[in-house]
Amino acid sequence: MKMNQIVFPLALALAATLATTGCKHTPMKVTPIYGSQAPNVGGENGGPTIGGGGVMGGDGGGTGINTSQGGGNTTGLDEFEGMIKDPAALAAHTIHFAFDSAAIKKSEDSNVSAVASALSGSANDKLLIEGNCDERGTEEYNRALGERRALAAREALAKRGVSPDRIRTISYGKDKPTDPGHDDAAWSKNRRADFILLHPKP
Amino acid sequence: MKKLFYTLAAVGFVIVTANSARSQEDVVDIHKQIETLGNTKPIPVALSGFTGEGAEVLKFDLTVQGFSFVAPDAAQYLISGSDAGVVTGSLTDKFAKRVLLSRSYNGASLRRQAHAFADDIVFAITGKKGIGQTKIAYKSQPAGYGVGEIYVSDFDGANAQRITKDNAIVAKPAWAPGKLALYYTSYALDNPDIFYHSLTTGQRSKIAAYSGLNTSAAVSPDGSKIAMVLSKSGSANIWVCNADGSNLKQISHGDEDSSPTWSPDGSWICFATKHSERRRLAKVPAGGGTVQYLNTTGAPNPTEPDWSPDGKWIAFTSQMHDFNLCVMPVDGTNTPAVLVEGQNPSWSPNSRTLVFNRSMGYRQVLSVLDVFTKQYKDCARATGSSSQPAWAK
Repeated sequence: MKMNQIVFPLALALAATLATTGCKHTPMKVTPIYGSQAPNVGGENGGPTIGGGGVMGGDGGGTGINTSQGGGNTTGLDEFEGMIKDPAALAAHTIHFAFDSAAIKKSEDSNVSAVASALSGSANDKLLIEGNCDERGTEEYNRALGERRALAAREALAKRGVSPDRIRTISYGKDKPTDPGHDDAAWSKNRRADFILLHPKP
Repeated sequence: MKKLFYTLAAVGFVIVTANSARSQEDVVDIHKQIETLGNTKPIPVALSGFTGEGAEVLKFDLTVQGFSFVAPDAAQYLISGSDAGVVTGSLTDKFAKRVLLSRSYNGASLRRQAHAFADDIVFAITGKKGIGQTKIAYKSQPAGYGVGEIYVSDFDGANAQRITKDNAIVAKPAWAPGKLALYYTSYALDNPDIFYHSLTTGQRSKIAAYSGLNTSAAVSPDGSKIAMVLSKSGSANIWVCNADGSNLKQISHGDEDSSPTWSPDGSWICFATKHSERRRLAKVPAGGGTVQYLNTTGAPNPTEPDWSPDGKWIAFTSQMHDFNLCVMPVDGTNTPAVLVEGQNPSWSPNSRTLVFNRSMGYRQVLSVLDVFTKQYKDCARATGSSSQPAWAK
């Protein structure tokens, strides 16, 4: 009760401030991801779709994963399966983020536009956006933050006319730093979304 | 749980023999202890006669369950015995002048015998089941980031065994309750997907492999459902499905949701989110419904909640300058206690101890913390960086 008495006036004050400054929080626009498919359920009935895990008391390691077994469904990415990754094509247009933020900075507009025009110029290409974080932040929080960054970049491209169906996102959290250092310079480089152009199989 | 017990028992069965008719299971004095998070005084014990691995195991197990080792005249309980060949030991209450335990152990390994003795000591003094013979799963990364593998070990890090060999990024292992089976995230198929992995057959199956993010699997206490983070709707939110991946339902709609954990009765899911521009912990009915925000005053930027099996506590990580482990009562009667530097807390089956990872230089080591006395010990050191431990329950 005490809490409410304190929080309520604060909330009112905050609401008033927001109203007068016009700086209201717009909910992030959400576009469902194309090709979201049901997973292969019940490996024991439908046949394993991933093979060779280790067992306790065994030799400590299994074989690799056999994706062709049991129908080998892709990870919901059939439309992208087998496409050729071209990380160099848009490497110059990697966008960077503020600490703990997935908001696309105004200063990244030119990069987003460049990626959008690259895609509009080649109708058969698709795009992979890799969201990444610096090492500050807990692991699973960062895995979600990296995804939010990739999704924010996807929304920005959608606003520039790119069909979201052509875009796949992946988050590496803090697992794929571009600079393995532990200082501000490294961190600012690592808070990024990389654009990987995907070409159809020749 | 029975199945797990029998499987473990088959792997290493410790045979216990009571040495004396005087030590009967029904004359157990429960140590009256006022347990306050982080401020409880450890129970002073003195150890004699153990020299090798047995001494090491007893010290580790008892330290992380609220005991301190002192000289015999300052001790309330005396632990004496031997670890020459097999473990034999007795426990004497110095004040009551009574032998509480006198036993010998054989079978399995000496280490396992010592853990069994430690469990008997914990039970004799506190009335609680010890953690000496429990298991953890975790991830280990050679470089501290990037590719890694999932490992299973004793709770103290001994007998570590690699159980994946995918050379892929992995994350967040979670045990299927009462089974030798794990759920975890792997990028082995070029996307973060959630897999089920039987540790008895090695068989694996995909549980969630939707477009976008599939991670942070948390298994309901009865094993029937999985909560996890998916981004298939276009934002990262909490979803729940059946243990085999079917019957999927979105149960949170926040902008910044992560790290689900179940209440022990299976009716709530606690998770990290953002509300009114502040990072918060929240809970939502497991079937979906109204989100309630929890009061974590004094512990800013909470993430990684883990609900204790007895239902009383939620442990989580607070990010201030560093990462700190915090524990709060679920009923909101107190603000969180900030305990020690660390991340990724996971409760022991007896709701007294946390396994977590903490920074050592730029890598992570696993450590075990008694939340009442704040005593902790690092697990047996592995190469590389180990994190995201999950305690088998």
